[in-house]
Formats: sequence, structure tokens, C-alpha cells
Amino acid sequence: MVAIIKYNAGNVQSVQYALQRIGVESIVTDDEAAIQAADKVIFPGVGHANSAMQYLRERQLDHLIISLKQPVLGICLGLQLMCKHSEEGNTDCLGIFDEQVKFFPTSQTADQKIPQIGWNNIYAYHSRLFTGISDNEFVYTVHSYYAALGVSTVATTDYIIPYSAALQKGNFYAVQFHPEKSGKVGELILKNFINIS
Amino acid sequence: MSGITIKEINSEPLQNPISVRGGRGLAKRIIPCLDIKDGRTVKGINFESIRDAGDPVELAILYSENGADELVFLDITATIEKRKTLVELVKRIAANINIPFTVGGGISSVEDVAILLQNGADKVSVNTAAFKNPSLLQQLSSEFGSQCVVLAIDTKKEADGEWYVYLNGGRTKTDIKTTQWATEAVSLGAGEILLTSMNNDGTKNGFALDITSVLSGSLPVPVIASGGAGSMEHFKEVFETGKADAALAASIFHYKEIEILALKKYLSLHNIRVRL
Repeated sequence: MVAIIKYNAGNVQSVQYALQRIGVESIVTDDEAAIQAADKVIFPGVGHANSAMQYLRERQLDHLIISLKQPVLGICLGLQLMCKHSEEGNTDCLGIFDEQVKFFPTSQTADQKIPQIGWNNIYAYHSRLFTGISDNEFVYTVHSYYAALGVSTVATTDYIIPYSAALQKGNFYAVQFHPEKSGKVGELILKNFINIS
Repeated sequence: MSGITIKEINSEPLQNPISVRGGRGLAKRIIPCLDIKDGRTVKGINFESIRDAGDPVELAILYSENGADELVFLDITATIEKRKTLVELVKRIAANINIPFTVGGGISSVEDVAILLQNGADKVSVNTAAFKNPSLLQQLSSEFGSQCVVLAIDTKKEADGEWYVYLNGGRTKTDIKTTQWATEAVSLGAGEILLTSMNNDGTKNGFALDITSVLSGSLPVPVIASGGAGSMEHFKEVFETGKADAALAASIFHYKEIEILALKKYLSLHNIRVRL
């Protein structure tokens, strides 16, 4: 069973639908026992880092997430909250990854707007999440803040500057883009996560 | 030996990014629009006569498989059952397609938006209600983030050569210039502008390149151009000359006059970055 963490950020429903389309059952829950018992945990999120961290702390979900031993996949804000610190609301985050989350710098060319909305390429893979995915495949992404490149970076995207499209450390995986909205490429990435043993 | 950098150890060999499959970066988006009434797809020609073009979910799946980057559903249902049928439709769409989609049409409150997003919509578009109550944009962006707030503007070029905002599906003229409203709306929290030119809509003579280019060049958010697509070249023009971030069309896709995949191959051949 896959547990999708329920909290005040999200479009968790889309993640659950995407799992359904690849034949995977999931539950949306904030129950500690249910999350601990799951084979895989997905930590999604669209929203504001500060209010999301506050919500997680109030419910002690912050301690729960960092203590998980099974494969965990953060998506979008989930990735950012798994980093050390975010410039969004000057927020101390979970610190699973040492990378810093920053606001995109102003672009030198007028056509690179913030937030980044749309399809961009991922490349330089160093994770089994990307097994079978060609270099420079397009994925759907929506964000104004990014995780800088660092030791946990396992995929890169270029937008104004190169940043971490994916991070991995031990059993913790995270992607900045939305695999649940990234067509067949996204479905394969979700399948790869589900198949981690 | 200290000549090996961390970059070389941890990632692929450095290479010219431009050499890789047409380079990297954000792609221009092709967005089919489906007008919905009572759960069925319709298309208004110049916002008036309408023709049935099929089941929205079937069409949505077809478009996503054929390379659409995103979909827009505009609900023109005017009955009291509207919200219920729209929510049911949003659930079916979200369960069946694997690309992002926007829902619009008569959305006027935070509650309307919350229920659509909870049921799987990625973004909502607001139009007349936001013009009449601009604080709606502030409420929506602080509650859900500006990335899911699309401001739709129906605009018409008048005899004085200026583009004005129209409301109520193009039936009501205002005295406000489109550039003024778009700028204010973005400062209030609109994360994207969906710009429909009433002069061009339904003509198949091409997009309104002038106003699209003005908005795209002056606003810090993406601009989706809509109205007037009749040929592949029109899309090329709206990306090159109009500087649009995305282009939206309806009937030419519904009636298979242009296939999305063929269109994207054409754009790619003309050095416009698209997702293929």
C-alpha cells in the first residue's frame, strides 16, 4: 500500500489518480500508524513553504517524515520541504537534504518568467527513478523557488540557472516537477518509484 | 592532480546545451480549449452560434495522447445544476488524463475554486467576476498560490486603435484598456493571462499579434494567446512575433483541421521549442 501524506498543501487527488492509472492503490492519510505501515510514502504539495511547515510541526508530521525507513517520494513543495531551508517565508525545513531552496534570480532574457510554468527538460540522471527515461525528456513543472544543485542532486533542469530537478539520499527521493501531470514520462517515473524494493 | 572538478565527477560530461535535441528550456505550449455545456463539448463561433463536437473526456484523452501540453475547459452552463455537473466532469477528467488542465466559466468565489482544485483541476480561470471584484484575485492567490490563478480577458480593438476589456463572454463593453487591467490583475495575483481577441476569434485569419506581444513583453507572467488560429503558420507567428508563451485553439483541433502532433513537428522544424 502507498500512503499519500495529507496536509494543508496539495493537490493530493491528482497524485492518487495518477497512481490509479498505473494500477497502484493508495490512501491519503495523516495517521502516523498508517504512514509508518505503508510500503511507500508520497509527500506531495503545492502551496507555501512556511504555512506547510507550520502545519506539519503542529501535527508532529515533521518528526514522522524524517524517521521513515521505507522509500519516500517528495513532489514539488514536498521536495522543497525536505531540504534544509527555504527562502519562501524564510522557513527552516525538514533538513533531509542539505540543499537550499531559493527564489529564481531575475532572468537576463525577458522570456524567462517567474513562476516557471510548463514543460522543461530533465537531464544528468543519477537515480533509479529515471530508469528507462531518455536524457532531456520533458516534464511538467510549476514553481518560483528551486533547490540549488548539491550533493543530493540526481537530475538537473535549466531555467535561468541549472537547478535540482530531483534529489536523492538513502530512502528519500524527491522531484521538483509533477510526475502525476507529466504524461507517459511521469507515469514511468512513478512506476520506477513504486518498483523500488 | 586537482584538475577534476566536482561537476565532472557528479554529472555528465560538460557539453554545449544547445547541441542536445534542440537545446533545453521551457517549451511553448499548445492548448486545446473545450467549451462545455451540460457536460458536452461545444464551440462558440465568434461567441455566438454553437456546434456539438463530442464528449469532453473522450476528446481530452485523445488530445493528451496526441501531444497537447495542457487543456482548458470553459463551462458555459447557466443552470442551477452547473456546479454539481462541473465537479463530476472535473473528477472524470482528472482521473483520465495525465497532463495539466484549467477549468473556467462563471467562477466567482474562493469556494468555487476550492472545490474544483480539490477534485483535481490544476488551475482555474476567472474573468468577469475578477474584473467586477479584483480582490478575488488576491484571495485566490493567497489561498491557493498564483500558479493556479489564470485571468481570462476577452478583448476587442476599437476604432480608436486601442484594445478594450469586454465582459460576460464578450457581450458587455468596458472603458478599461486591456493593458491596464492585465497589469493590475498581475499585481493582485493573477499567475497567467489567457488573452482572447474577439476581433480574431472564429476568423481563422491568425492571432492578434500586436496586443499579445505588448502583454507578453510587459508582464512578468506567461501569456496564453487565443482567438484566430487557422493554420500552422499562425501558431509560428504568435510565438515568434506575438511572443506568446502558449497558444490556445478550439475548432481547428475539434474538427481535425490541424493535428497537434503535426503542428508541433512543424514548429520544431521552425526552431520553436516544443515538447515532442
